[in-house]
Amino acid sequence: MKFIGHLDMMRYFQKIMRRADVDICYSTGFSPHQIMSFASPLGVGMESRGEYVDIEVKSTDSSEEMLRRINEVMVDGSEVLSYRLLPDDADNAMSIVSAADYRLRFREGYEPEDWRDFMDGLLSFMKQEQILIIKKTKKSEKEVDIRPMIYELHEEDDHAIFLKVATGSAANLKPSAVIQAYMDSRSLPLSEFALMITRLEIYAQKKDDPSTLISLEEFGEEIK
Amino acid sequence: MRKLALSDEILLSVQQPARYLGNEMNAVMKDPDSVDIRFAMCFPDVYEIGMSHLGMQILYAMFNKRDDVYCERVFSPWPDMDEVMRKEHIHLFALESQDPIHEFDFLGFTLQYEMCYTNILQVLDLSGIPLHAEDRKENDPIVIGGGPCAYNPEPLAPFFDLFYIGEGEVQYDAIFDLYKEIRRKGGNRSDIIEAAAKIPGIYAPAFYDVTYKEDGTIESFKPNTPGIPEKITKQIVVNMDDAPYIEKPVVPFLKVTQDRVVLEIQRGCIRGCRFCQAGNVYRPLREHSLEYLKHYAYEMLKNTGHEEITLSSLSSSDYSHLKELVNFLIDEFHGKGVNISLPSLRIDAFSLDVMSKVQDVKKSSLTFAPEAGSQKQRDVINKGLTEEIILKGASEAFHGGWNRVKLYFMLGQPTETVEDMEGIALLSEKVAELYYDEIPKDQRNGKKVQVVASSSFFVPKPFTPFQWAKMCTKDEFLERAYIVKHKFREMLNFKSLKYNYHEADLTVLEGVLARGDRRVADVLEEAYHKGALFDSWSEYFRNDIWMEAFETCGVDIDFYTTRERSLDEIFPWDFIDAGVTKEFLKREWKNAMNAKVTPNCRERCSGCGARVFEGGVCFEHKN
Repeated sequence: MKFIGHLDMMRYFQKIMRRADVDICYSTGFSPHQIMSFASPLGVGMESRGEYVDIEVKSTDSSEEMLRRINEVMVDGSEVLSYRLLPDDADNAMSIVSAADYRLRFREGYEPEDWRDFMDGLLSFMKQEQILIIKKTKKSEKEVDIRPMIYELHEEDDHAIFLKVATGSAANLKPSAVIQAYMDSRSLPLSEFALMITRLEIYAQKKDDPSTLISLEEFGEEIK
Repeated sequence: MRKLALSDEILLSVQQPARYLGNEMNAVMKDPDSVDIRFAMCFPDVYEIGMSHLGMQILYAMFNKRDDVYCERVFSPWPDMDEVMRKEHIHLFALESQDPIHEFDFLGFTLQYEMCYTNILQVLDLSGIPLHAEDRKENDPIVIGGGPCAYNPEPLAPFFDLFYIGEGEVQYDAIFDLYKEIRRKGGNRSDIIEAAAKIPGIYAPAFYDVTYKEDGTIESFKPNTPGIPEKITKQIVVNMDDAPYIEKPVVPFLKVTQDRVVLEIQRGCIRGCRFCQAGNVYRPLREHSLEYLKHYAYEMLKNTGHEEITLSSLSSSDYSHLKELVNFLIDEFHGKGVNISLPSLRIDAFSLDVMSKVQDVKKSSLTFAPEAGSQKQRDVINKGLTEEIILKGASEAFHGGWNRVKLYFMLGQPTETVEDMEGIALLSEKVAELYYDEIPKDQRNGKKVQVVASSSFFVPKPFTPFQWAKMCTKDEFLERAYIVKHKFREMLNFKSLKYNYHEADLTVLEGVLARGDRRVADVLEEAYHKGALFDSWSEYFRNDIWMEAFETCGVDIDFYTTRERSLDEIFPWDFIDAGVTKEFLKREWKNAMNAKVTPNCRERCSGCGARVFEGGVCFEHKN
């Protein structure tokens, strides 16, 4: 599934809604489309265990029943893990996304020669107040400090790296950019195929307390 | 997790990796070890084109209904992937199991258009299967071709073990049963090919010898082995409702060309246009019942989640229950988020009414296919569309709010004169004038009418009355297009008119392959080795390669295209009995020369020969 682009994934979900007979709302007009929006597009090549999509429905069965119906018609490699009812006044998921968790591992054949050395170096690299990278756009190049966009980085079992970074419209940092910055600082190359990245979770800021992140899963409630 | 044939690195570095993954909705997953026969079905073009083809989905569903067969899909790898596979020595694989094609029992190609022939060689080559049937070994798959181009399989003869002439639903069960039977008895690959060659509709080129006269035409075409039939009779489904259709079409992740449910409402055509191969080889017209179509419309929409349904046939307006069917689709599905997209229907009050319900009039355009610019020329090709009908349809449409019209023509037809060519511009002008005459200024919403005329170039095809026709040269085609273009500039409303014409190089090549014989196969192979691939894609088509290949092989293009053919010439495809007789085609060729119209099958039977199949329109009111 990780090779399926975002637009194709949206089309896939639209078809799934029809196959599972979800009573989804449509826009009006000659070519009506489903009221559906993904929280945050996932890049091609990434896997995920934490994607969110908002849909508007006219009626619904229980969460359990809806999960059964939807998963019955999904292909191998994609599964809906949770189906929850949002309050009518809930903000659109895409507009509130502010952070995401990732797990990074090196693909076979691309691992650092000395993992300990690599990881220790990365951890001390993170202790800097500022991490400046050059961000290239079509027109210009500018220097950006990505350190404030990295909320957390630690080592996990099996030579994996856990990252929590800014995601969304206000600030957005690609997880690979962190490793790239570190490798650049050591003048080491990083192949575009080196990293296998899995998105684990997506967060929004708490409304009355922007410094607290809450996972999108915590929004809404189970339908009994 | 499913294993994939390609590494992440490769998949991440090519365009549209989803072309090579399989695992789409409704893709059939079986344990390859649990079946007796593995069949790789190939559409020799890119995934998005191949996955839009109805016939392949029909056979895929039919084959996989059998527990002893596993049918998987394979398509031409796009040039970027082709390059990687050659460099890394990766064998071409089937999408479902991701197993190499050379491990399969059969490799079937659907032959939909001539310009995909080099892609057939690509698929064989990348699969590690010898290009020539005679070089294949015991463990190589049996290579079989079918589809419209199999009505003249000769340019492909050396590359195929078998060809299937006609509609796939009929004989594949017999082929599979025979395969199992011979394998059980310990028979080998060549035993299977020889036995299959005796199944009706199956042609094994190796069992036929061709000799040529001094002038290059065929002297004789005969079986070289006892028991092999001289004539191969096309196979057709007599009662359409008895044939299995698709309950669960495979739904690609990628947006493919035909991204909707396709309901085949009938096969064949009553019209008898003299240039049209499909209209002749699919004779007689056979309809599905309304009940059958309603059932499958429900099933397929439910099982795919598609948001659109369309109808497929050669001439939908001739379907007896069209009104009921279209009204059913609108009542049942429109308003439930399902679009109804209509194939080109004859423009009349009914179709305009339907279109206004399911399309945005402001955005859609009307399509007419007069095919020729003058009434005389339309009589020559037996296109029963008159100027009066076109103008009446256009008038009704303009009053209904449409202001865009598309007109399709064909240039380079037999007997075509400058007047006939200029008629294309004149007819387009008349349509434009009609708009300004009939629609008062205050009702035009400030809009002009747009008339877009397009012309393709005519290629004579086997099993049509025009199979004797002399084809134009490239320069003649272009001259004719310039004449039309020039005439357009003289028109009063030329600012409302637009004229496009097709590529001519490709047409000439199509002409060679369409009426070619076994000697053309060398050119095909030579062109492939020189780099010809994806010839139907203008960005990849390289005419210079082909011209060199003709040169190298000493094959004369004009012999196949512009040469006058005599009425008693033996054609490379004459060994096929397609139902329509050579006598009928000759009669129609003479009628064409006299601009004499032949009525359609429902008006009067013209004795084409298709009655022998004992079904369809030939027996419509006699049950």
